Amino acid sequence: MFLSEGSDWDFELLARYDEAIADLAHNKYGLDTYPNQIEVISSEQMMDAYSSVGMPVGYNHWSFGKQFVEVEGRYRRGHMGLAYEIVINSDPCIAYLMEENNITMQALVIAHASYGHNSFFKNNYLFKTWTDASSIIDYLVFARNYIADCEQRHGVKAVEETLDSCHALMNYGVDRYKRPSPISAVEEKRRQREREASLQKQISELWRTFPQLQPAVQLREEPPHFPAEPQENLLYFLEKNAPLLAPWQREIIRIVRKMAQYFYPQRQTKVMNEGWACLWHYTLLNDLYDQGKVTDGFMLEFLQNHSQVIYQPPFTAPFYSGMNPYALGFNMFQDIRRICETPDDEDREWFPEIAGSDWLSTVKFAMESFKDESFIQQFLSPRLIRHFKFFQIADDDRNDYVEVGAIHNEQGYRKVRDALAEQYNLSIQEPNIQVVNANVHGDRTLTLRHQRSSGRPLDENSAQEVLRHLHRLWQFEVRLESVEHGSVLNEFSMPPPTVIS
Amino acid sequence: MSYIIDRRLNDKRKSTVNRQRFLRRYRSHIRDAVNDAVSRRSIKDMEQGERISIPRKDLSEPIFHHGPGGQRSIVHPGNQEFHQGDRIRRPDGGGGGGPGEGQASDQGEGNDEFAFEIDKQEFLNFLFEDLELPNLLKRHLEGAQIFQHRHGGIVSQGMPAKINIVRSMRQASMRRRALTAATRKKIRTLKAERDALLEQDQSPQRQARLQELDEQIARLERRVERIPFLDTVDLRYNHHVKVPVPVSRAVMFCIMDVSGSMNQDMKDLAKRFFLLLYLFLERNYEHIEVVFIRHHTSAKEVNEEEFFYSRETGGTIVSSALKLTRDIINERYPVDQWNLYAAQASDGDNWNDDSPACAKLIEDELLPKLQYFSYVEVMPRAHQALWDHYQNIMQRHPSAFSMAQIDEPGEIYPVFRELFKKRMET
Repeated sequence: MFLSEGSDWDFELLARYDEAIADLAHNKYGLDTYPNQIEVISSEQMMDAYSSVGMPVGYNHWSFGKQFVEVEGRYRRGHMGLAYEIVINSDPCIAYLMEENNITMQALVIAHASYGHNSFFKNNYLFKTWTDASSIIDYLVFARNYIADCEQRHGVKAVEETLDSCHALMNYGVDRYKRPSPISAVEEKRRQREREASLQKQISELWRTFPQLQPAVQLREEPPHFPAEPQENLLYFLEKNAPLLAPWQREIIRIVRKMAQYFYPQRQTKVMNEGWACLWHYTLLNDLYDQGKVTDGFMLEFLQNHSQVIYQPPFTAPFYSGMNPYALGFNMFQDIRRICETPDDEDREWFPEIAGSDWLSTVKFAMESFKDESFIQQFLSPRLIRHFKFFQIADDDRNDYVEVGAIHNEQGYRKVRDALAEQYNLSIQEPNIQVVNANVHGDRTLTLRHQRSSGRPLDENSAQEVLRHLHRLWQFEVRLESVEHGSVLNEFSMPPPTVIS
Repeated sequence: MSYIIDRRLNDKRKSTVNRQRFLRRYRSHIRDAVNDAVSRRSIKDMEQGERISIPRKDLSEPIFHHGPGGQRSIVHPGNQEFHQGDRIRRPDGGGGGGPGEGQASDQGEGNDEFAFEIDKQEFLNFLFEDLELPNLLKRHLEGAQIFQHRHGGIVSQGMPAKINIVRSMRQASMRRRALTAATRKKIRTLKAERDALLEQDQSPQRQARLQELDEQIARLERRVERIPFLDTVDLRYNHHVKVPVPVSRAVMFCIMDVSGSMNQDMKDLAKRFFLLLYLFLERNYEHIEVVFIRHHTSAKEVNEEEFFYSRETGGTIVSSALKLTRDIINERYPVDQWNLYAAQASDGDNWNDDSPACAKLIEDELLPKLQYFSYVEVMPRAHQALWDHYQNIMQRHPSAFSMAQIDEPGEIYPVFRELFKKRMET
C-alpha cells in the first residue's frame, strides 16, 4: 500500500510519512533522537532563517541584514536555490520544510534532518559536551531581549560597535578544552545581575592605581606576570579583564562567546554530520521502497536529488570549490557499512577491528565518538581514496612550483589520509593566537602572540582590522606579534606605532 | 513523537530590522549609487528601485586568517594524470580553481562587488533623506483633517474599557465612609458603654443592659456591612476628547523658463530639477500644493503633465512669471495661512531691462511673503545679468534666498541637496 501517489503534500500526508520514517528509525535501527518539531514555512521565511544563521530567534545586527539581502538577491535572480532544509540543535529538534517542495523532498528532508541530524545532535560527543539542546532557545530569547534592552539604554550604535568587535573575535571565543557549564535562560538572568555587580569590583581590584599600604619590602617584589598562562579564549579574557568596559558590554561579549561555543561543534563535524544525515535519508527511504510504501516515481525523484547532493566535482570542474562534505561523509559511512558487511582482504588488513562486525553498532560508534579530523583519520579507506582519486599537493612558497606529494596508490594512502584529516583540523586551519601579556602595572598594553606553523603568515590587512576591534574592547594599546621558532617575524599594533623622525 | 506545525502564516519579515540596519550602515555608498542613478535615468523612470553595488572589501567582517605563503598541503579529488613527485608550475593567484590555490580565497574578501536591490520606496527614502523645506513655520487650523486624542478628565459615564480603577475605588471608599459615619459613631459609643459596664460588678440590670447593648451593636454592625463595597454610582471613567491639530500648509511655485535660448539639454536639466523637487514634496509633505508656471515672454499656469512634457518656446521675460506668482498668491494663498515657497530655473538669459525689474519684484513683493526662494541657473557658460542681480538679493536675505548653478546632470542632485538640506537654525 503506497503512502501517496502524486507529488502534492498535505499535513496529514506529512504526518503519515513522518510516522513511517520514525517507525523505521526508532524500531528497526534504534536511532536515539530528540522529539521532532517539523515546521512548514514559505520561501521568504526560509530566507529569514538562512540569514540568521539558522537560529529561530536572533538578536538584531546589520551583518544578518547583509546576508539577507545577498541571499534574497541571488534567489530572486535565480542564481541559487534555497537549501531545502535547516535544522536546529535544540530539544525538541526543530526542522524547517519549505512549502514549495513536493512530497518526495519533504520526506527526504524529514528523514535527513529530523532523524539523521537529530540523532547526531543528541549523540555525538562534541555536541553532548559543548551544547545543551534543551536550553538553547531560552538562551537565544534571553540574548535577544538583553541586546534589545541595551539598544534602548545605550543606543543602537554603541551596541552595534560592541557586537562588531565581538563578531570579529568570535572564532577566538571558544574554550577548546574546558567543558562549559550548560546555559539556561532563567539561571542566566539571575547570574547576570550578580555578575554585573561583582565583576566591576573585581576589575577595579585588578587595575588599582593606588599602592596598597603594605611593608615596603613587599612592594619591591617583581609584579606577577599577567595572565600567568597564555589565554586562547580572547573573548573570555576581554570579558573578565578589559579595564574600561561597561557591565553591559561584558555581557554582550559573553553572549557572543556563548554563541561561538554553541556553534563550535558544528564547525568541527560538517563532514560527519552531513554524512550521517545522508546515510539515514538514503537508508530510510530505500527501506520505505522495499516495504512497498512508496512508488517508483517517488524513488526516481528521490535518487535524482540524492545524487545531486552527494556529487563531488573533480578539481578540474569550473564550479569546483573544495570537498563536498555531503559526498565525503555519505561515502565514508556507506563504506564503513560495506567494510562491516562484505569485507575484502584489504579491509581486513586496514580495519581489523571493524571488518565483519555489526554495521549498525559500528556506524553509531563512529558517529558518537569522533569529529571530522579523527573520523577521517580512523575510517578513510584505500578504496574510498581510489574512488575519489584523491591526491595531495604540497605548496611551499620557497619554490616556484607545487609538488604532488601523494596520490591514490599504495605509497600514498596514509599520506593522503593524514593530509585530508589535517584539512579538517580547526586548530591548524585557524591561526593560533593567544594573549600572552597584559601590562597591568604599566601602560596597560595588551600583547598577543601568533604562533606560526609551517611558515604560514597572517593575512595582514584583516589582522590589522581585527586588531582595531580588539582595541575597541581593550581601549589601550594592543600589540600582536607573529612568532616562529622563537623569533618575532611580524608585528602589528593598534594604535599604529608613530614614527619619530 | 513529532509535531508538525504550519508556520507559513507567521511573520515573513523577520529580517526587516537587520536589513534596515545594513542599509543604514552603508548609507553613504547607497547614496552615491542613488546619486548616479538620478543623473543617469530618464525623467519617466525616476521613481524606481535601484540595484546597488558596494565593493565587497568595504563591508567585510574581518577575522584572523592565514595569508598566502608558507608551506601548506591540500587534498583534491579527481586526479587524472598526476604521479607522486610531479612538479607543477604554481598557477597564478586565484586563477580559477587549480591545485595549489589554497584556501585563502574562501574568506569572502575578494574584489568582487556585493550587489543587491533596493525598492522604489527605499530609493526615494535615500534620495530625500535629511532634506526639508526650510522655514516651515506657519501653522494653520485646517478643516476636519487631523485630530489628536487628549485626556479630557474623569467622568461618571463611559464604557467598561475606560474605567479608572483608582478613582472608582476612591469614590467607593468615600461613599462607604460617608454612609456609615453615623452608624459607626453610634457603635463606638455603645462599645464604650459596654466596656464601662464590664468593669463594674455583676448585677441583673448590668446583665440586661449588656445583652441589650450587644444586640444593638450587632444590629448596627450588620447595617454597616450592608453598605456595598462598590456601587455603580462609584464608577469613574477616563474621558478623551478629540482636539484638532493645526497643520502646516505649504505651496510651492515651480517657475521654469522655456524660452528659445534654453536648448534641449538645459530644459532637460531644469525639468529634472523640478521633478526631484516635485517627488520630494509629494512624498514628504502631506499638505502641500504645487503650482507649475512656465514662461517665455509671457507666463502661464499649467498642470503637471504640461509642465514636464509639453514643448513651447519664445523670447524671455522673467518678470512675467514672477508677476503671475505674485498674482496667484494674492488671489488664492493668503499669507497668514500658507507657507509659500518658490523655485525658479532659468538659463539666466533675460530681456535686457527686465532683470532689475525681476530683482525688485522678488525683493519688494515676493520675499516678504515667501518662506524661501531658490534659484537654479542651468547654464554651463558665464552668468548673465539675472545672476548678478540675484546675488545682491542673496547677500541681503541669506536665510530666505538661495541660488546655485547646474552644468550637467550629475550636479542636479548635489545642488538639490544643498538647497534643501536640513538646517539647524529655525
